[in-house]
Amino acid sequence: MKKGFSFPFTSLLLVSLVAIALQGCKPQGAQSAVGGDAASKVYVAPGKYDEFYNFVSGGFSGQMSVYGLPSGRLFRVIPVFSVDPEKGWGYSEETKPMLNTSNGFVPWDDLHHIALSVTDGIHDGRWAFGNANNTPRIARIDLKTFRTAEIIEIPNSAGNHSSPFITENSEYVVAGTRFSIPIGDKQDVAINTYKDNFKGTVSFISLDKTSGEMSIAFQILLPGVNFDLARAGKGKSAGWFFFSCYNSEKANTLLEVNASQKDKDFIMAVNWKKAEEYAKAGKGQKKAVQYVHNTYSDKTHSATSTMLKEVLVLDPKELADMVYFMPCPKSPHGCDTDPTGEFIVGSGKLAAVIPVFSFDKIQKAIADKNYDGNYDGIPVLKYDAVLHGEVKKPGLGPLHTEFDDKGNAYTSFFVSSEIVKWNIKDLKVLDRVNTYYSIGHLCVPGGPTKKPWGKYVIAYNKITKDRYLPTGPELTQSAQIFDISGDKMKLLLDFPTIGEPHYAEAIPANLLMKNSQKIFKIEENQNPFAAKGDNFARVERKGNEIHVYATSIRSHFTPDNIEGVKMGDVVYFHVTNLEQDWDVPHGFAIKGANNGELLIMPGETQTLKWIPEKVGVFPFYCTDFCSALHQEMQGYIRVSPAGANIPISFGTGKKVPEAATAPATEQKPTK
Amino acid sequence: MKKIITLSIIALSVLFNYCTNAPEQTTESTATETSPGGGQEAVKDDESAKDVVKVAVGSPDHTTLVAALKQAELVTALSNAGPFTVFAPTNAAFNKLPAGTVEGLMKPEKKADLQNILQYHVAVAVYKTEDMQDGQVIGQANGDNITLSVKDGKVMVNGTANIIASIKATNGIIHVIDAVLLPPAK
Repeated sequence: MKKGFSFPFTSLLLVSLVAIALQGCKPQGAQSAVGGDAASKVYVAPGKYDEFYNFVSGGFSGQMSVYGLPSGRLFRVIPVFSVDPEKGWGYSEETKPMLNTSNGFVPWDDLHHIALSVTDGIHDGRWAFGNANNTPRIARIDLKTFRTAEIIEIPNSAGNHSSPFITENSEYVVAGTRFSIPIGDKQDVAINTYKDNFKGTVSFISLDKTSGEMSIAFQILLPGVNFDLARAGKGKSAGWFFFSCYNSEKANTLLEVNASQKDKDFIMAVNWKKAEEYAKAGKGQKKAVQYVHNTYSDKTHSATSTMLKEVLVLDPKELADMVYFMPCPKSPHGCDTDPTGEFIVGSGKLAAVIPVFSFDKIQKAIADKNYDGNYDGIPVLKYDAVLHGEVKKPGLGPLHTEFDDKGNAYTSFFVSSEIVKWNIKDLKVLDRVNTYYSIGHLCVPGGPTKKPWGKYVIAYNKITKDRYLPTGPELTQSAQIFDISGDKMKLLLDFPTIGEPHYAEAIPANLLMKNSQKIFKIEENQNPFAAKGDNFARVERKGNEIHVYATSIRSHFTPDNIEGVKMGDVVYFHVTNLEQDWDVPHGFAIKGANNGELLIMPGETQTLKWIPEKVGVFPFYCTDFCSALHQEMQGYIRVSPAGANIPISFGTGKKVPEAATAPATEQKPTK
Repeated sequence: MKKIITLSIIALSVLFNYCTNAPEQTTESTATETSPGGGQEAVKDDESAKDVVKVAVGSPDHTTLVAALKQAELVTALSNAGPFTVFAPTNAAFNKLPAGTVEGLMKPEKKADLQNILQYHVAVAVYKTEDMQDGQVIGQANGDNITLSVKDGKVMVNGTANIIASIKATNGIIHVIDAVLLPPAK
């Protein structure tokens, strides 16, 4: 130390140094776990493609997001259950019916799980399904357009959490109730009569082999427990479906404590082939319900919402050999079947073991009627009779399990924040890696299928804290990608996600990218309001409705000057994008619109409803940068007082209305 | 002043050592994942209320418990979201164990036993004393159960340990107990 340095200065210096040292250390543990060659393993050079698409649920955003792996780059947020003013989803007249429900228009939901379509248990790249957790629905996303093609509501359900898992040949997706509820005519019941009046259901939604269109084939009426997650069998167990359920205590308050009383809850095994037989044989009862079915047509570029009034309900108390319960320790959450279909892994949130059930043993126990009594009239199989074995002391709070292509399982542990790799057959723990920030779901590409693609496991964490630059009280969520190609899992990269990610699936890029649609053909556009060329652009009055049949092409609207609109009119802008070139959408926005904008893909027609609130001239413009003269892509619409005597007139270029300044004089349309 | 500077220098060198001990991302030779490192317990945050670990660390009566949690690598888990009910034996409670018990459990080869015992002091859920009932059985994180008895408003665990105070934390609740809970023999 040099003499002459004053005490305060020295101290300050040291304090600063300490501070710098501390800063430099954070986050110490996380960095220490990153391999030195990690960067090169996730680096996808400019112009190169990622190896996998990662379809990630958006949780409380209600949407589905698409990332590339291994880079973690976000490509697209597909609007599903929540409105998206950016894309006009739920704002354009064409898309509004997609969010219709038996409760009316519902602008938001909570999308938790993804299921990708499979053929013979292997990803076929046709559709992705997502569940609405709040107002029970399932959506089907077309993987050619990456847009929501269909949404079906689930009656007799509340909290559609145990959904939308899929059977081996995409015969069905399922929807199990998280909340049991009063079912039938008697709806107004005291909550504390839960044990008597509340029931659960699982619904099997059949998929059309070619179009993928969904319809509810049947529902199974079940005891009032909470259904949590589910998986279809595979191979030899392909005719079965397994559902985890908790709250076998049937508590209706303070479930945190009251649904954790019993040592064991259940995994429910459903012989869906048998249920299908019953349904086809006309067994079960048709119950009066109300639920909507919404479909979106890429020909009419618009949605149709249909109210349906009946559902077939199968009661396992009357229809034998269809449903069995297997005891599973402590509030099972994840319920995952391995690629062979022999093993079913139940993850009890509060359990100190992971039980692995054997499909062969389940079949034998059923044949031998090796029951441990029944639960509400449904046989309970003996735990020891169906158990392959337990993974002992794997970690704290097991949640979900995915599988690789080498006979290994990867289980996420929320409480101890780690992924544990274990061998399915001998149940030995092989490796564990800290995810630091309270992992929920995890995803191995192809992990739930008969043919896992392996290579990576991605953790979707619930907490972020100091993982990224802070952004106030609300932080992004953190996904982490690990290399699993070797014996030891290696952390490669963190990437932020939209909303809150729950389940995700990843699929090889080459299965999807070749099918990805580039444009909608204008000659196939059957939207009744389409103007398939500037010559067809026009403005028509029908009572107080003004219909603007507009076109957009680089870089003008036709028409772009419109007069004759009066206060009290309702204006519909039907905008057709005449472009036939990939990645040239046009936008449409008008001043004062109290809804959203339109983003219109090439060849598509979309409609924005606009109710003028004031007299004046209102500009509209293209919102999606389309050319060097994008900024010139604009127009005006004139709104006159209610009693004004101004006829409809419109045009673009030379054809603009001629006497646009005269306030209330008679004008002829300039055609 | 000299003293302060010396102390500061020591502190600095410790910190720098701490840093340099951590493998860095850019160094090829340190491409390992051997160090479990720190997770949410390492988050620097003086603004939020304290979690169960920070409450325990702040208690002079729980130094043995805190040392044991560190040895058993349970600090990360207990700093996470929970929710937890932690039955926290005091130093005096640990001292009531036969001589050498704690020292024995702190040995690396006994880590699994220590984890088992400490996990027997943790439940995943928040159990408040006012909700506890006589005869109530609670499943603990290690897989075994504890049984509560309630008499004159006072709660006893397994008939051996009294709840002498309860402290709310951000990720759960701590019940201070005056005896160590021992998992049932297998």
